Amino acid sequence: MTQTVEKKAAKGKLAIYWAASCGGCEISILQIDAKILDVDAAFDLVFCPCIADGKVRDIEKMADGEIDVCLFNGGIRNSEQEYMARLLRQKSKVLVAFGSCASEGCIPGLGNLNDRKSIFETVYHQGSATAPENPQNIYPQHETKVPEGILYLPVFYDTLKTLAQTVDVDYFLPGCPPEADNIWKAITAIVEGKLPRKGSTIGVNTTVCEECKRKRNEKKIKKFYRTWEIIPDEETCLLEQGLMCCGIATRAGCGALCPAVNSPCIGCHGPNEGVDDYGARLMSAVASVIDSNNEEEIDRIIAEGIPDPVGTFYRFSLAGSLLRRGSKATVGK
Amino acid sequence: MVNENFEPKIVGFCCNWCSYRAADLAGTARIKYSPNVRVLRVMCSGRVDPSFVMKALASGADGVLIAGCHPGECHYIEQNYKAMRRYSILKHTLRAMGVEPDRVRLVWASAAEGQQLAEAIDLLVADVRKLGPLKWPGNWTENGQREEALETLLKEHEEAFEVLT
Ligand code: SF4
Ligand code: SF4
Ligand code: FES
Repeated sequence: MTQTVEKKAAKGKLAIYWAASCGGCEISILQIDAKILDVDAAFDLVFCPCIADGKVRDIEKMADGEIDVCLFNGGIRNSEQEYMARLLRQKSKVLVAFGSCASEGCIPGLGNLNDRKSIFETVYHQGSATAPENPQNIYPQHETKVPEGILYLPVFYDTLKTLAQTVDVDYFLPGCPPEADNIWKAITAIVEGKLPRKGSTIGVNTTVCEECKRKRNEKKIKKFYRTWEIIPDEETCLLEQGLMCCGIATRAGCGALCPAVNSPCIGCHGPNEGVDDYGARLMSAVASVIDSNNEEEIDRIIAEGIPDPVGTFYRFSLAGSLLRRGSKATVGK
Repeated sequence: MVNENFEPKIVGFCCNWCSYRAADLAGTARIKYSPNVRVLRVMCSGRVDPSFVMKALASGADGVLIAGCHPGECHYIEQNYKAMRRYSILKHTLRAMGVEPDRVRLVWASAAEGQQLAEAIDLLVADVRKLGPLKWPGNWTENGQREEALETLLKEHEEAFEVLT
């Protein structure tokens, strides 16, 4: 690897950008440990606001396609992020949707059950838990007149979009955050020019269950438990014990990290290959393991055991799902 | 408030062995039912993945009908019980997303029950008509002031360039 890299005369240009995300994706890049030196040997980091002082106007001045690779994490929550997504798309040869937020919206995408107005009310309204004091009820405005002229803030969107819903994306890297091994695999593939088909997700095409070491019997569930209700036995499949383990519908690659520490998979690696809608896949799988043929009993098992269906089936993928969001007409009702 | 001019668009997934034949029978027996349903034939109600329903709603359908053989009479033994469980979870999730439960309905109809299926279709159409159009894609296409905000950003950046150069 290092050799192929050093043979190259000119270094490539790498950009790492964040939009609506938590910063964990940047940290995950550091988890490739000493290999970060190989990355440094292969690339100049031209832009990464998290760790380096780059300027947007330097990117704007670049020729189209001048950046070799851009790892873009985060969803598109406001107009400034959309601008950056378009700019980096234009200036990059390879644009990677890095991690769950960019790929499918992730936790910020759950905001799609609300809209701008209801989110602002929660965050800024006088007396709300998050803004106990705001006596004049001041909300962020797109335009503000000041003596020096007009100041602009980005427009906050009603609906968070994934990167691919905003611009053309070359590759996807799953995970919240992506696994170091897989990041390295992606970087190596890019450097060596051994890239898969455009639009593919870099990773494996199996499910977490296949990487999970727990013992499996026939799954027959009469009751679902929340994680705090029971201490599961450490050897049997968690789903069999009535915990909503999402391993059955989730792309592998993490080595079944969560079940390994007695905690159900919550689905952070998103849908497996060929699945349109993660939540639909998971709902379908869960329907197969409920042990009842009686309509009323089924309704009860589901209503009692899964009080937050969107947060359960679409925790990471609401924005990237077929429906993308909750109905705007019923927000707050 | 019922809008008389609103014609609900309903997608119907009908099982090949019973309800599709029931729909066929209703047709040949000239039983009248609302023309609002586009019937799609599936081999079994157990073949209807929740994503089919989501896709229909996301593509502009106002309602979805899933029709299968009566419980105990599925040609693939137990699959319509699976359909029953999937439907229960799907309904629960759709409700949480703000889709009224009356828009998506699972019904059973044997091959001889053309009349019953026609009635179930009419009932669903009437209920969806009462609810009005779903217009789901409109939920995400408007991100208010978006284009305008992008323009101002471009302008600001251009101005910054002018100052610099
Ligand atoms: S459902 Fe969860 S606990 Fe069970 S095998 Fe799959 S990943 Fe492991
Ligand atoms: S087990 Fe599931 S939630 Fe945990 S890291 Fe793996 S994919 Fe993510
Ligand atoms: S064959 Fe008709 S529901 Fe299964």
